[in-house]
Amino acid sequence: MEAAIQVQDVKKSFDGKDFVLKGLSLEVPKESLTAIIGFSGTGKSVLLKHILGLYQPTYGKVKVLGTDLSTLDPNELTKFRCNFGVLFQSAALFDDMSVLENVSFPLIEHRRSLSPGQVKEIAERKLQMVGLDPKHFHKLPSQISGGMQKRTGLARALALDPEILVYDEPTTGLDPILTEMVDNLILETHKNNKGTTSIMVSHDLQAAFRIADFVAMLDAGQVLLFGKPEDFYKSEIELVKRFVSKGMKHA
Amino acid sequence: MVTAVRNFVSEIGSMVVFMTSSLRLLMSPPNRWSEILKHMEFIGNKSVGIISLTSLFTGLALSLQIYLGFKIINAVNLVGPTVALGVTRELGPVLTGLIVAARAGGAMAARLGTMRVNEQIDALDVMGVNTRQYLIGPRIFAAVICMPLLTAVFDFVAMVGSYILVVFLIELDQAIFLEKIRQTVQVKHIMEGLFKSAVFGLVFGLVCTYRGFYTTGGAKGVGEATNQGVVTSMVLVIILDYFLTNLIRLFYLALGIQ
Repeated sequence: MEAAIQVQDVKKSFDGKDFVLKGLSLEVPKESLTAIIGFSGTGKSVLLKHILGLYQPTYGKVKVLGTDLSTLDPNELTKFRCNFGVLFQSAALFDDMSVLENVSFPLIEHRRSLSPGQVKEIAERKLQMVGLDPKHFHKLPSQISGGMQKRTGLARALALDPEILVYDEPTTGLDPILTEMVDNLILETHKNNKGTTSIMVSHDLQAAFRIADFVAMLDAGQVLLFGKPEDFYKSEIELVKRFVSKGMKHA
Repeated sequence: MVTAVRNFVSEIGSMVVFMTSSLRLLMSPPNRWSEILKHMEFIGNKSVGIISLTSLFTGLALSLQIYLGFKIINAVNLVGPTVALGVTRELGPVLTGLIVAARAGGAMAARLGTMRVNEQIDALDVMGVNTRQYLIGPRIFAAVICMPLLTAVFDFVAMVGSYILVVFLIELDQAIFLEKIRQTVQVKHIMEGLFKSAVFGLVFGLVCTYRGFYTTGGAKGVGEATNQGVVTSMVLVIILDYFLTNLIRLFYLALGIQ
């Protein structure tokens, strides 16, 4: 299986003493939907920021689509990030822009050859793709519900047709109905965008097992187990068994 | 003590790098004219009302105080030029700096801080947008451009206030008032104030964007960043005014200008 993302023996320390990531290695297969799970403080968000090139590893390498991120200068890295589409936990919509403007923004920034009409057309298509009613297109983020904000955030992440879609704890803090809606949206988006590699960082074990092709469980800055969801049910690792039983009980 | 000095120097260094990189990036594509105009509208246009109001009353109050003082030594004819020199060289740039730093600088720090804690800056980063070029450069540039313009408004309206007090309320001779100003105030005095105000714009633009951009810790952090940004800017405006005045004096001396 070809890897879209290769994290090779990455160690990360912010103060030069304590390491948050302690020799973490992970290969995310191309075109897969991979979930990264683990207890709080195990390094999931730090790993994600390494993959996005927001952090540089203290030791080790992060390769995305075959490119070693440490070889890129800041400007090249900024451009390289166009390969990513990210849905944040809070959706992180620009609150002074309408829903349509939010989705148009990456297109205006990176597809300068497009006319305003073409930008509008693409943005509307992306919003329809994630199931947002056109009557909300001209509303501000504060005027729509949390679920609609997630849809808008996803449409914005999809705007540039990225090769890698990243979901940073997309369902944390949502009610069960909204959680299921977002999970289904992620699954549908992954299926509808052939060739896209999706990574989801989540606390929601049930969702991770239901929608992901592969799951990576982190513990103490390392990958404790990487495999298909069924591998986790069969695992004899004590921490995995505890996490799975707690996660399922909670669900 | 040594650590505090080291931290202070390090912070100043970070700010300078932050400013130079943001302004340098502004020169590289894509152009940010629409962002610059948007921030100029906010910093400039939306400050005109408050600047006009405060400058009118500054002109009135200053003229009254100077009139009362000069009356004792029978020099009321010099009220106009004294007010004009005081306003164009000192009060205009300093008060405009303080007012705009509080109004626009505070808003800049709060806006950027909120964007930081709401992950909007992270969103821009991962969208491949250079956040310094998009968020910081245009704000600092707009502050530098708008401050001299606002100071010019302050100077003009303050002198209108002085004229109202001197000519209509105290009923001194209008021709003397205007002629004395014409004899005393030179273009260099006005330019001096405008130059100072551009520096103040650079300072509050830098301090407030820096504080806002590096906000940490949620809503509390946004409040602290705004507070630190505004207070530091206001203190720096007053301190820098003294050094700039001396610097300009030395500059005139070096060029042999009286």
